[in-house]
Amino acid sequence: MAMEQVENRRDFLMLATGAVGAVGVAGAAWPFIQSWNPSADVLAQATTEVDVSSIAEGQMITVPWQGKPVFVLHRSAEQIKQAQESDGADLPDPAKDNDRVQKPEWLVLLAICTHLGCVPQGVGTGEFGGFLCPCHGSHYDTSGRIRKGPAPNNLEVPHYEFKGDSTLVIGKAAA
Amino acid sequence: MSKSLMEWVDERIPVSDLIKSQATEYPTPKNLNYWWNFGSLALTVLIIMILTGLFLAMHYKPDAALAFDSVEHIMRDVNYGWLLRYLHANGATFFFIVIYIHILRGMYYGSYRAPREILWWLGIVIFFLMMGTAFMGYVLPWGQMSYWGAAVITNLMSAIPLVGPDLVTWIWGGFAVGDPTLNRFFVLHFLLPFVLFGAVFVHLWALHAVHSNNPVGIDVPHKDTIPFHPYYTIKDVYGVGVLLIVYLSFVFYAPNFFLEPDNYIPANPMQTPAHIVPEWYFLPFYAILRSIDFLGSFSKLAGVLAMGGSIAIWFLLPFLDRSPVRSFRYRPLSRRLFWIFFIDTLILGWVGYNPADATVLDGALPMITIGRTATFIYFGYFVLLWAITAFGIEKPNEVPKSI
Ligand code: HEM
Ligand code: FES
Repeated sequence: MAMEQVENRRDFLMLATGAVGAVGVAGAAWPFIQSWNPSADVLAQATTEVDVSSIAEGQMITVPWQGKPVFVLHRSAEQIKQAQESDGADLPDPAKDNDRVQKPEWLVLLAICTHLGCVPQGVGTGEFGGFLCPCHGSHYDTSGRIRKGPAPNNLEVPHYEFKGDSTLVIGKAAA
Repeated sequence: MSKSLMEWVDERIPVSDLIKSQATEYPTPKNLNYWWNFGSLALTVLIIMILTGLFLAMHYKPDAALAFDSVEHIMRDVNYGWLLRYLHANGATFFFIVIYIHILRGMYYGSYRAPREILWWLGIVIFFLMMGTAFMGYVLPWGQMSYWGAAVITNLMSAIPLVGPDLVTWIWGGFAVGDPTLNRFFVLHFLLPFVLFGAVFVHLWALHAVHSNNPVGIDVPHKDTIPFHPYYTIKDVYGVGVLLIVYLSFVFYAPNFFLEPDNYIPANPMQTPAHIVPEWYFLPFYAILRSIDFLGSFSKLAGVLAMGGSIAIWFLLPFLDRSPVRSFRYRPLSRRLFWIFFIDTLILGWVGYNPADATVLDGALPMITIGRTATFIYFGYFVLLWAITAFGIEKPNEVPKSI
């Protein structure tokens, strides 16, 4: 065999061995990397049930869901009106109030500021009658929409369902 | 007897040679000033951190339900636990003071220039490791600042396009900062200082290959060096004495001066403190992060990039600085830029300490404007240093022929 051929063959073998080795290392790393993702028991806490019958009109409670705070606000007629009237306002993240609630009197929000994750304060603390995030001054309205401040998006509405009139189930059971 | 024993060992592993060539008789420029003390001071603090950290870890519990109480247990019940904790918590502060001076020394005397580039880069790697370690250590007491500091900083990753949100969940091990986060941060906080120690070893290896720079910034012939021992051993020990006086004054008389009162409130994932501030040593970088707020939905990512870039840009210094002269002592323009940069960084720190929507001069000047200007000047330093040296705008003074 010519010397050149031997070298080509050797280069190829080196490359092939290296490639197989790299795939092997990546495969071996996978379980280690995956071990950092949420574990089965964390995923199992996918839903939270809340009894909303005792929340008076205009009042809100904060409940933990997956370790995160969720606001459940029983909106007054005034708050609903305020939210709906703002539908046409100049919104940084446009959304209709109707699309953010299932029943107009219940506003359910993930209470995590879309800026850097602080918990906004209760209803009525911000301009527009809504929630003020104290960290860097973001104002959300009575529909949880961002109106002013550095936050880019509206407060997220988590997946939720009403079971009967008084029970609210937040989250989706893990498949 | 002991002499022959040492000979027996040396024939098998040449310890004496190593000590002689790398320590006692290691040739060192004779003109080093006190700014050259800070390397040995950093090593001293690192050793104190590892020692106190190890003993804290013997009483600390990395569990969201137990962590806060275990730190209070260390403070109140463990014999001298208060001392271990205050040494460790204030040690982090003094570690950063010492390292910042050490870095600025390198910038002023051109220690990043050839042939010390790798030495300089290793230093930046060490600094990144240090920041990671300190950040995760601050999470461990699981107070309000621990929790919300961790939340805000980890949330920054969500700015990364496509993978950001999944990456954050991966780091948390859940859907918010929680027990899995605390547990892994503890393990990493335990591990990283030893990685850092390894990096320091390589840093010193590189140093001993190219030897110390000096205030004059010229290469030093052997006749102008003195043996490390006893000249610099005694000087370094003296420096350690001065450091300990200052550091221990805080530990004993004002142990909470650098700590946040809010961190004595247990972590509450349902409520954010009114004003979140990072530890003082992160403030300038935090200010840079917050100053980029004028790019709409791109702001968050840009802020994160600017923050990372504000340190990463140090890697480029060896290429940006084109002056024929190393030491700023003989470079009038560079020297002025350096001091502007230094003061600018202090201003950034002050901006980072204040709430984002604060104003000065009775509302005439918003803090954010100061922050943006200071960020601009921060990066401007690197551009200008390049410009004045690459285009021969700076005329260096005459450099002495010998030290
Ligand atoms: C590069 C060196 C290190 C730095 C910069 C550092 C930094 C910190 C900081 C800032 C805290 C929070 C202090 C407080 O507010 O209470 C902390 C806590 C802690 N560190 Fe470290 N650390 C270092 C090395 C180590 C090592 C090597 C260990 C263990 C082997 C360790 C174990 C701990 C423990 C158990 C705590 C929780 C107790 C407490 O909060 O005081 N540290 N560290
Ligand atoms: S986290 Fe809410 S404004 Fe920054």
